[in-house]
Amino acid sequence: MSATQPLVTMKGRKDGLVLVMDEACAYRDLVRELKEKLAANTNLYKEGPVISVKVQAGNRYISEVQRDQLKEIIHSFDHLKVEDIQSNVMTLEDIAKKKAQEKIVPIARIIRSGQVLSVEGDLLLVGDVNPGGTVSATGNIYIFGALRGVAAAGSDGDGKDAVIVASIMKPTQLKIGQVISRNENGSVEEMKEDHLLECAYLDEKIGKIVIDRVHAALKKRNLSLVLEKL
Amino acid sequence: MGEAIVVTSGKGGVGKTTTSANVGTVLALQGKKVCLVDTDIGLRNLDVVMGLENRIIYDLVDVAQGRCKLNQALVKDKRFECLSMLPAAQTTDKTAVKPSEMKKMVDELKSDFDYVIIDCPAGIERGFRNAVAGADHAIVVTTPEISSVRDADRIIGLLEQEKQITPPRLIINRIRQHLLKSGEMLEIDEIMNILAIDLLGIVVDDDGVISSSNKGEPVALNPSSKAAQAYRNIGRRILGETVPLMVLDEKNGFFHRFKSLLGMR
Repeated sequence: MSATQPLVTMKGRKDGLVLVMDEACAYRDLVRELKEKLAANTNLYKEGPVISVKVQAGNRYISEVQRDQLKEIIHSFDHLKVEDIQSNVMTLEDIAKKKAQEKIVPIARIIRSGQVLSVEGDLLLVGDVNPGGTVSATGNIYIFGALRGVAAAGSDGDGKDAVIVASIMKPTQLKIGQVISRNENGSVEEMKEDHLLECAYLDEKIGKIVIDRVHAALKKRNLSLVLEKL
Repeated sequence: MGEAIVVTSGKGGVGKTTTSANVGTVLALQGKKVCLVDTDIGLRNLDVVMGLENRIIYDLVDVAQGRCKLNQALVKDKRFECLSMLPAAQTTDKTAVKPSEMKKMVDELKSDFDYVIIDCPAGIERGFRNAVAGADHAIVVTTPEISSVRDADRIIGLLEQEKQITPPRLIINRIRQHLLKSGEMLEIDEIMNILAIDLLGIVVDDDGVISSSNKGEPVALNPSSKAAQAYRNIGRRILGETVPLMVLDEKNGFFHRFKSLLGMR
């Protein structure tokens, strides 16, 4: 390893450590040098508080496996905690997935009993969801009509921030991410009755789904960002 | 070329067979050539309600399997020249007929009759698919009960997937005025809100329906019964007339009658 430029550059910042990685060399060499560099500088982070580490991979694609490997290497030293691994590169697959998740799917029909409508991205439904019918979306759900059936937002599992908005909110069941609530007292915190255009979101403090008027919910959460996509 | 109308509901016991018999009867009363088709193979009832059980020689399955010609299986009504019935078989089950065979039969009937009324069995399986295979229009029957409305909703969803059928129309059956007034029964508006299809008519619960069914005479033949009036209105709406909905909470005072005479209701 006689390169004039080091493959891994360590930078100390106020908020932690930044590891800048060379983007042209072989990954194997990178791992080796990372281990050496970290081992050589143990005196820096032997004691004291946990130091957060940011890895900047530049224009190198880091796969999921490699990501785990890098984390493992860094975490093998006490007091080091990986905060983020940044890379400028994404696979086409990831981009397609991301695009599908950000897309708004407009549909105009009634979802009747026994029918299931599930979409990738946000669902914009013009029509009712009848009792026994189900709508689900990986993103948010906006219903211009009455929601009387089941709605599941953030249905790919980690969509805790997803919201469900309906002109008339009378659901039999709501699901946001992994949290399910039935329309009974105690599980859905209904703020007030007879409100038009209500919004359901997951209040992580109480771990329950809360239904509130849209603008009241807006104040509490940064929903304007979510809704601006409309 | 006539039209085929399937009468369906999803749930059992809401009055599909009674509705089929009465709608067929009122259309025949208007002078139309009508054929009633019972597709409830294995549990046939339409012949009993029509009082034609003793005239059955061949049935729908015999026609489908080529044991007889279609017009040999048709049973002529004893009261009307223009009303016939194609009975279902009682000895086999729904799998004895394929949807394609049903469609062929209904198409053949449509060339001879003005209206082919198909009585659908309960459920959403083979029997349902047989019944809707040849239909051009659909009537969904529901009662003002939540389970019945739920099933009607399911059925409407399935009918909407059948491209050859025009949007279904609704009959709300067995409305009990005293329960409606006390708010214990689903209101008509509430049902319409959920199902969101055109209303073809409402039929009040009438003791006469049961007694006339048992006698083998459709209630529509007795013009003094309220249910009969409702079925006659439905028949006229099928023929394309505009008939206002029946007033349920009738006030029989002198003043009211006077007002209705003047058309003020």
